[in-house]
Amino acid sequence: MSQPALIFDNLTLGYDRHPVVHHLHGEIAEGALIALVGPNGAGKSTLLKSIAGELRPIEGGIRRRPGEGGRFAYLPQQTALDPSFPITVSDLVAMGLWRRLGLFGGIGRAGRVRLADALAQVGLGGFERRPIGTLSGGQLQRARFARLLLQDAPLILLDEPYAAVDAQTVQDMSRLIQRWHDEGRTVIAVLHDLDHVRVEYPEALLLARETIARGPAVEVLSGTNLARARALAEAFDEHAPVCHRHAEAA
Amino acid sequence: MEGWLLDPFLEFGFMRRALAGCFALALGAAPVGVFLMLRNMSLAGDAIAHAILPGAAIGYMLAGLSLPAMTGGGLVAGLIVALVAGGVARVTQLREDASLSAVYLISLAAGVMIISLSGNGVDLMNVLFGNVLALDDPTLLLLAGIASLTVVALAVGYRALVLECVDPAFLRSVSRASPVAHLGFLVLLVLNLVAGFHALGTLMAVGMMILPAATARLWQRDLGPLLASAVAVSLVGATGGLLLSYHAGLPSGPAIVLSLGALYVLSLLASPVSGLFRRLRPRWHYTS
Repeated sequence: MSQPALIFDNLTLGYDRHPVVHHLHGEIAEGALIALVGPNGAGKSTLLKSIAGELRPIEGGIRRRPGEGGRFAYLPQQTALDPSFPITVSDLVAMGLWRRLGLFGGIGRAGRVRLADALAQVGLGGFERRPIGTLSGGQLQRARFARLLLQDAPLILLDEPYAAVDAQTVQDMSRLIQRWHDEGRTVIAVLHDLDHVRVEYPEALLLARETIARGPAVEVLSGTNLARARALAEAFDEHAPVCHRHAEAA
Repeated sequence: MEGWLLDPFLEFGFMRRALAGCFALALGAAPVGVFLMLRNMSLAGDAIAHAILPGAAIGYMLAGLSLPAMTGGGLVAGLIVALVAGGVARVTQLREDASLSAVYLISLAAGVMIISLSGNGVDLMNVLFGNVLALDDPTLLLLAGIASLTVVALAVGYRALVLECVDPAFLRSVSRASPVAHLGFLVLLVLNLVAGFHALGTLMAVGMMILPAATARLWQRDLGPLLASAVAVSLVGATGGLLLSYHAGLPSGPAIVLSLGALYVLSLLASPVSGLFRRLRPRWHYTS
């Protein structure tokens, strides 16, 4: 086994000093296909955000592999995108090639071929010239997946990729994810459909501020674990005392 | 008709200068206005335009109606407000426009106060409504310089700026250009508002920014044509406004904004994308 794709080292994340992810330890193996599950407010999106470098830890840290091996492609929740902006599907998707194109690079023939291929793979062939505002929620999500395809990253972070999309889209996109897994990429997906996780994901991390359970998806998603996660996530206290755990650990 | 269109500009130098100034303004301010509108920052633009006033007023207090002093003061004040507002929006959860309405009122009141205390009513009218018919050489050069800088900067930063508007989270995940695009855009915004301030005054400076953008949006679906149309609308509107002002003896700044406003209202009615007349079409539809 080679170096892990990610290492969480006493990671505490939060907003306004209240921890959302609390003293998380652990590793994500290279090539893992792991579902991040937990109740609302359990810190799943926050953890993904932090892996993507959008949020600085309150304490501890995340270690990605250096250089090319640590490069990631991040699919935030769909609200981050403004669909009213007048840009075409192919322009949006082509930005997946940013690393190669940068600010000025032309897309070139090879890029155009890859773009067409990515659009075809997500079933959006023929939608190239459509403004993104005319797409349905599921189609827009397909476009964002096509962009992920072009990013061609060894680490892929998906935040609720199936919110508000139909069953067919879920099926098509999970086939893509499965293929990324087969190609040896590391995939971390925040998901809410537990039945889907049990079927499609070999591994799960149940999060409710702290790790409740980690391991094979079917075992992690047991009734007792889920109940514990729910109880912990609900226990938010505006006037909670200051946490001194880092001092004890030292 | 030809005489009506051409004579004012052929006969009078000040009309030619006004036209040149408006064209410079159109080339810079209209594209900036398009991005401003698409970022849902139209209100922010208005507030920053007003924030320029106290800065320019302090320049006026120190040096009278001096171009460098008023430009410098306006730039500094506008940048402070834009950067503080932009910075606040980036590091906190506050929306950019939340605090800007307050800035708008305070700045306007402070600016009017400063100029009233140290000058006369004519100068105050000049500052509030501009005087596009009295553009001197240095002012024209300033407007042209700002327009050139804007066009070049937008061309260079186009891809980053578009991504920063449509999907900023994605841009941040692939590049460090996001804050540069955001702040660079704010600087362009302030520069063009200062240019607008010299021609149209504080109250109307945003006019040549927002109205052409909103009008063009009613006709175009794609960004490229949208930018080009906004510039075209701006050129036509400003020329129309100047002619109107000349032939009817109207104040030029308001005439330009009203002429742009007329194009906007016409487009609201007639636009093929979202016009009101569109509702009167026969209601057939395609099978697929």
